[in-house]
Amino acid sequence: MGSMTIGAKYKTTLKDPGTTGVLRMNEDKFTFTPHDPRSAMKLNVDFRSIKGHKFNKVDGSKPAPPLLNLSKDSDKGGGYMFEFDNVTNRDLSRDFVAKVLGKQQGTIPPKPNVPPENSVTSTGEEQLSAAEMQRRMKLLQEDSELQKLHMKFVLGNILQESEFWATRKNLLEDEANKGSKQRPGFKSAMLADVRPSADGRTNKVTFSLTTEIIHQIFAEKPAVHRAFLDFVPKKMSEKDFWTKYFRAEYLLRTKNTVAATAEAAEDEELAIFLKNDDILAKEARLKIKRVDPTLDMEADAGDDYIHLPDHGIIRDGSKETIDNDGELARRTLSQDLNRHAAVVLEGRSSDVELTDTKTVAEAIARSKKEPPSSSISDDTNHERLVKVARMTEIEDLQAPRSLPYAPLCIKDPREYFDSQQANALRSLGGNNDGRHARNCRLSTDDAFDHLLGQISSIKVNGLNYPVIQSDVALKVLNELNEGISRSRRLNLKNPQDSLLGQIPRRTRDELMDHWAAIQELLQHFWSSYPITTSVLYNKVQRIKDAMTQIYQKLQDIKESAQPDVRHEISQLVKPMTQALDAAFNHDLEQQQKSSKSGNKPNGF
Amino acid sequence: MASSKLYSDDVSLAVVVVDTNPLFWATAALPFADFFAHLIHYVNSLLLLNHLNHVVVIAAGLSSCTYIFDSSDASASGAADVAATFAKASRKMDEFIAEDARATSSNGSVADGNAASLLSGALSLALCYIQRVFRSGTRHPQPRILCLQGSPDGPEQYVAVMNSIFSAQRSMVPIDSCIVGTQDSAFLQQASYITGGVYLKPQELNGLFQYLAAVFATDLHSRTFLRLPKTLGVDFRASCFCHKKTIDMGYVCSVCLSIFCKYHKKCSTCGSEFNRVMPDLNSVPDQRQ
Repeated sequence: MGSMTIGAKYKTTLKDPGTTGVLRMNEDKFTFTPHDPRSAMKLNVDFRSIKGHKFNKVDGSKPAPPLLNLSKDSDKGGGYMFEFDNVTNRDLSRDFVAKVLGKQQGTIPPKPNVPPENSVTSTGEEQLSAAEMQRRMKLLQEDSELQKLHMKFVLGNILQESEFWATRKNLLEDEANKGSKQRPGFKSAMLADVRPSADGRTNKVTFSLTTEIIHQIFAEKPAVHRAFLDFVPKKMSEKDFWTKYFRAEYLLRTKNTVAATAEAAEDEELAIFLKNDDILAKEARLKIKRVDPTLDMEADAGDDYIHLPDHGIIRDGSKETIDNDGELARRTLSQDLNRHAAVVLEGRSSDVELTDTKTVAEAIARSKKEPPSSSISDDTNHERLVKVARMTEIEDLQAPRSLPYAPLCIKDPREYFDSQQANALRSLGGNNDGRHARNCRLSTDDAFDHLLGQISSIKVNGLNYPVIQSDVALKVLNELNEGISRSRRLNLKNPQDSLLGQIPRRTRDELMDHWAAIQELLQHFWSSYPITTSVLYNKVQRIKDAMTQIYQKLQDIKESAQPDVRHEISQLVKPMTQALDAAFNHDLEQQQKSSKSGNKPNGF
Repeated sequence: MASSKLYSDDVSLAVVVVDTNPLFWATAALPFADFFAHLIHYVNSLLLLNHLNHVVVIAAGLSSCTYIFDSSDASASGAADVAATFAKASRKMDEFIAEDARATSSNGSVADGNAASLLSGALSLALCYIQRVFRSGTRHPQPRILCLQGSPDGPEQYVAVMNSIFSAQRSMVPIDSCIVGTQDSAFLQQASYITGGVYLKPQELNGLFQYLAAVFATDLHSRTFLRLPKTLGVDFRASCFCHKKTIDMGYVCSVCLSIFCKYHKKCSTCGSEFNRVMPDLNSVPDQRQ
């Protein structure tokens, strides 16, 4: 890269007349030496501190001095502005700075003829979830050809990550569906009735609780869950909490109303377990409100069957009709069964490892959402109904909900080349050894005169005897036999006689790679039309450059082929070059169309 | 009965279509004089193979086509010899070329340098001749057509050529193709493929007679026992009906199967309109409201 020395003016601001001097630049730094030795505008700056460079466009109509601005980091602020004598000197300096910055940033330097964009239109790296990133990396590791394409085009700055994976949504969808696992659920047995173990000698009973049981108690009884979060460990320990809980269960089961009332009056915490679950009551009222009003039901808040005194069978099977006070909880068997069934169908929503009770309680609290308010619109109601219907489905028994897609069928290159073996030999004898068409252009009258002259010579000379030499006849017969034998051999459909089998392995693999690359590039090329944004335009330019490189490599392969396999390689390369030529011709047509429309601003 | 069997099996009616495009023969590797000699010897060979064989030669020029030889126009003596065939054919060819030159000079549109031969006209003449032979009696020779083509295809004749090919296929008349020019003919490739004929592009043009005698002189019955050159690939591209140029991707009318290179709102062949929208029954306002 070397260095360069050029005359310039250093300006602190745009309106500053500037200090005339000499600008010297090399790979590491640039210096500015003013002509006036007494001036204090000497500079000695490392290129490491320069992060960008800008320049202005100089038009013939608007006279403006050519400027080049070398900017530092945004936090430090400031920069160095130079004015040059003419545009050529400025462009030379700009190119030098571009190369240095490109080299130290490790990226390809921008093209000198393209001015940098004033507005930053390049979007940053898209926000990918960890699962999506893992799926992509997994696909790249499993498929070596996909990894090769990714390395060639995405790491080669021809395609972006989103563009590369946009054409492979079906692969990601299949990978995502594969990752869904079977979720553990709750047992259908009602474990809430934990039976204590009792020794016969004392009145002491022991309750053994596991995290599974605790999880189910919290799921089926939201009030107990809320009390646990409120009291433990601030007011009482976990052991005291469960002691009070089972004390309340004992009082309810023994139906000792007087004792229950007395203990509820004394112990405020114990009273919570002896009351009705207000969370469940609220949920029931909300469900009733979601009933379609066109069903003409006289629904009211009292229809949740909780307050009916004689409805249903009491929890333990008795049909006691004593009119107790409403403070104590009354639970019927159907209510408990319905609640348990709802919990089983909801499933275990949290994936947290159930290690201790605190983790279980916090996990359920995170997964639970606040019930919606009573004032809801019809659309929201419909959406909620859809969600509720979906929520109650057991996901293990449903089909995967992947969206139906029509994948782009990219033909396997091997099948394509095998099917081309017949067409490859279409021009059997296609080499024009026996005939050389002269390119001289005759007028019609001259051609007719020539033909009439030939016929006149026929009349004068008569027929030749013999009309064909014997050695020529032998050559013709040999050629016909050779051609017939070859076509007969090819019709045997022997895989060993495939067109690809006659090519050396290294060349064959190279052609396969080129074919896969060409398919990828053409897919993105044709999907970019019509070009409506500058992003698409830049994408098409990058793709065209890549296609030009592959085209050149294909030409090199054809030229460097061995004579015995040159014909087969030429036949294999022809469809690739034809596909690329179609793309290039389309691009030329678009350019001509745009330039033609530019020539007629008023239209036809 | 033996005579009838022989007559229906191995008696041939060979219609030879000769490309007499002067623009091609002016620059051809094989001079027309030599080509004509090969042709005459081939015709005489066919007549010598079976005394009931029937050979007709049609010349396809730039502006017209005509019969230049018909073996059924024998002299009163009934003896056909090489000298007589040559004399008649050369005289007819001379007259036809002079007439075609006059017609071409009067027709200004053919004056450009890349005019094509009237292949469609020649094929139509051949098929009409074969139809007359079909309808002349219950016993007739097995007809086939041999095209000796040198000049490139004319895309403007695509429709007429394809119609002739389908007519030949319907009549079970094979079309053999022998290309004496430098490039393959997509029209004749499709013709031989569809009608079951033989397509050949000789390498050694000096041995043209050997190709004709070895491949194209066999009658249709004998071809079932012989192994003849097979076409390894067919160029199935078509010509558009609007600009008469060769295309490999285009639009097709769903009514008459016309081929276009651009989207049209109306078919120029059958008049079908492609943009017609069916009336929307749901847009009728509700009378109850």
